[in-house]
Amino acid sequence: MTGIPPHISVRDLNVFYGKDHALKDISVDIPNKKITAIIGPSGCGKTTLLKSFNRLLERADNVKVTGQVLVDGEDIYDPKMEITHIRKKMGLLSQKPYPLPMSIYDNIAYGPRIHGEQNKKKLDKIVEHFLKTASLWEEVKDKLHGPAARLSVGQQQRLCLARGLAVGPEIILGDEPTSALDPKSSQHIEKRFIELKERYTIIVVTHILRQAKRLADYVLFLYMGRLIEHGPAQAIFENPQQEMTKEYIFGVIS
Amino acid sequence: MDKRYIEENIFKFLMAVSGLLIISVLLLILGTIAYKGLPYLSWEMVTQPPQNGYYLGKGGGILNAILGSLYLTGGATVLALLISLPVTLYLNVYAKKDSVSVYVTRFVFDVLWGIPSIVYGAFGFTLMLFWGMQASLFAGIITVTFLILPIMTRSMDEIIRMVPGPLLDASYGLGATRWETAWKVVVRQALPGISTAVLMAFGRGIGDAASLIFTAGFTDALPSSLGRPAATLPLAIFFQFSSPVPQVQGRAYAAALILTLIILGVSFASRFLTKRFTRHIVR
Amino acid sequence: MLSSFVTIYARRLFVDRAAKRVLELVVVCSGLILLIIAGTLYFRSLPVHGQAHWGSLLMSREWHPSRGQFGFLPFIAGTLWVTGVAMVLAVPVCLLMAIYLVEYAPRFLREGINPLIDILAGIPSVVYGMWGVLVIVPFVKNYLAPWFGVSSSGYSIIAGGMVLAVMVVPGIIHITMEVLKSVPQELRDASLALGATKWQTIKNVVTRRAMPGMVAAIVLGLSRAFGETIAVLMVVGNVARVPGSIFDPAYPLPALIANNYGEMLSIPMYDAALLFAALILLLVVLYFNVVSRLILSGTKWSSYYYG
Repeated sequence: MTGIPPHISVRDLNVFYGKDHALKDISVDIPNKKITAIIGPSGCGKTTLLKSFNRLLERADNVKVTGQVLVDGEDIYDPKMEITHIRKKMGLLSQKPYPLPMSIYDNIAYGPRIHGEQNKKKLDKIVEHFLKTASLWEEVKDKLHGPAARLSVGQQQRLCLARGLAVGPEIILGDEPTSALDPKSSQHIEKRFIELKERYTIIVVTHILRQAKRLADYVLFLYMGRLIEHGPAQAIFENPQQEMTKEYIFGVIS
Repeated sequence: MDKRYIEENIFKFLMAVSGLLIISVLLLILGTIAYKGLPYLSWEMVTQPPQNGYYLGKGGGILNAILGSLYLTGGATVLALLISLPVTLYLNVYAKKDSVSVYVTRFVFDVLWGIPSIVYGAFGFTLMLFWGMQASLFAGIITVTFLILPIMTRSMDEIIRMVPGPLLDASYGLGATRWETAWKVVVRQALPGISTAVLMAFGRGIGDAASLIFTAGFTDALPSSLGRPAATLPLAIFFQFSSPVPQVQGRAYAAALILTLIILGVSFASRFLTKRFTRHIVR
Repeated sequence: MLSSFVTIYARRLFVDRAAKRVLELVVVCSGLILLIIAGTLYFRSLPVHGQAHWGSLLMSREWHPSRGQFGFLPFIAGTLWVTGVAMVLAVPVCLLMAIYLVEYAPRFLREGINPLIDILAGIPSVVYGMWGVLVIVPFVKNYLAPWFGVSSSGYSIIAGGMVLAVMVVPGIIHITMEVLKSVPQELRDASLALGATKWQTIKNVVTRRAMPGMVAAIVLGLSRAFGETIAVLMVVGNVARVPGSIFDPAYPLPALIANNYGEMLSIPMYDAALLFAALILLLVVLYFNVVSRLILSGTKWSSYYYG
């Protein structure tokens, strides 16, 4: 990697759910302005790792986290750290899109508003701009004040993308963001990701190997809570070093 | 025929009997109230307070009790909402799920829900004596607030618990604080359920008599001040029903009909509101 | 620009923390209500239960307030009789109805009956009492008692029990239905696939699985019946004697409080005795709640009660 320090680097991260040791000694740097895919069989801790990046884990019960996650050089698990600050730097796309219970317009404006933007004209601009970025503008420009819940699932996911981008993050986290979508909508989201990686660091959890191959520049392979292997996508897919990675990529374990 | 099916058919028969029994009892109750009450129902009943000689069968109505019940229960519902909404938001947004404090709080409200209204009445009266107050609209409001608080809180809690976790994550993910999430996302998402809980508590409060016997008092005057006694519908029914004068007894039937209609109206309103508020709800 | 961001940010965090403190305060205060009620009742009734033994208070038949004798047995017996009769009448009907609605009834019937049960739950207790006086009391006097060869004024335990039975029906049905619905479909399929009939499946698999929840439903119904006041008071006769049969009048605890509290305070210790009655009711409800909670151990059904 070049001179710019990585946005996210993980140091000796361990996560426990009660007695369940979900992530074991993870250390890795996530490259900037690239798409990083986290792959591995289900239940291997992919989503846990993703959620540890913006501390959404702590909503669950008796979770214990040790080690460090550094975002722009700051340890987000430092008790003194104010978390809303970190979360603003990251946009999140969940498996199933969850529009907020308000209109399309208010969904996008929600983030900027809570962060202090009150100017109606500016908000209008923000809403239009990010809906265009998520290529949703043409479909919804006539019903901006209609309920977001009435959009199709594919549209909702793009809305969630636009909503996440509107708070001005540097990083986009996707937790299997296409798993609830039809093939057409999935393609839509993937295209957006490829456009966006020039400006954002994107981290995507996926269990679809082909999707990882299509999208990823960098790959982390997790198995049973351990980071087995990580490296540039081409290297991992064409010449995996570890036996386990080979078995997964060539379809022996799944 | 197979023996197994004979047993099944016996039980199916018993089930049908049970069902018919319950439905016919319901119809019998509604029918009795309507049959007895309708002849005495008049415009005068709902627009006038009792006139002189009302309890001997002369003119007047029960406007005092209707207004008294609405004010009293309305006031109690507002007070209860001011407590139960913060409690449910705390339980579901701020507190860690399944922590001891959450468990204890839910348990306490379950027990409070189970406490008979007569106990609240006796407790309210003791408080009144302690503060040197008289039976009054205010004392009634406080007592009914105690009575409906657990109902409102626990039913609201069940609703707000259903708000999907990822929806909270979506809001946190944008950098919102817990308070912003609670107030702007959770409350909006749960609005239909919250309004149902509020109306349910209102319906329960307006029908209760036992908590008011000692606390709200009774008067023929329209309610005018928090410090004065106030008439209420359940007590108006209770007192007039024991009158030997047929005309007065008839008015008890009419009052019962009015009270039942109000409660059914509230229950239908809550269904209707639930439908209206679902516009923005995420499923 | 940066400084305005910092102030907005500081304000948001402040609001969040302040809100947390306020909410915590409300939660703690509302949680204390139970303690305050229990404490008030306990200490205000101290003159009665402070000197006498609890057991002798609860087991004595002598109720002569003006002589300072407070034996609660007639009232406790009255409460137990009325509640018992109500449960015997209500429970089988409720369980059968709930099983029918969940297992057999077509969808439209189930959804059509729900609002009817809600109506039954919504009728105020004074109206139930009125209905009892108009319909049940004459029925007991003119038909039921003669049929058993006894004479009765109609104002009796059986009348109170019948009215009360109708009143607890909606709650028990509601919660039992929730419990039955929560039995996984796979369990039914597994039994049916072994060649069991529908009824055998219900009898041996569904109800067995749902048993704790159904017991809890009954316990909660019992606790509701225990404290019902006005409706029972209107039909039960209110005679302070230990009843001998279900056609005798009785005087349940809640009725005792409702009829006398607030008026007879001139007699020394009378108010303490009535608050002691309230304390007994509170303790019984607390006990029932703990029991049903232990049975359900933290499942969500309990709050469906009283709907």
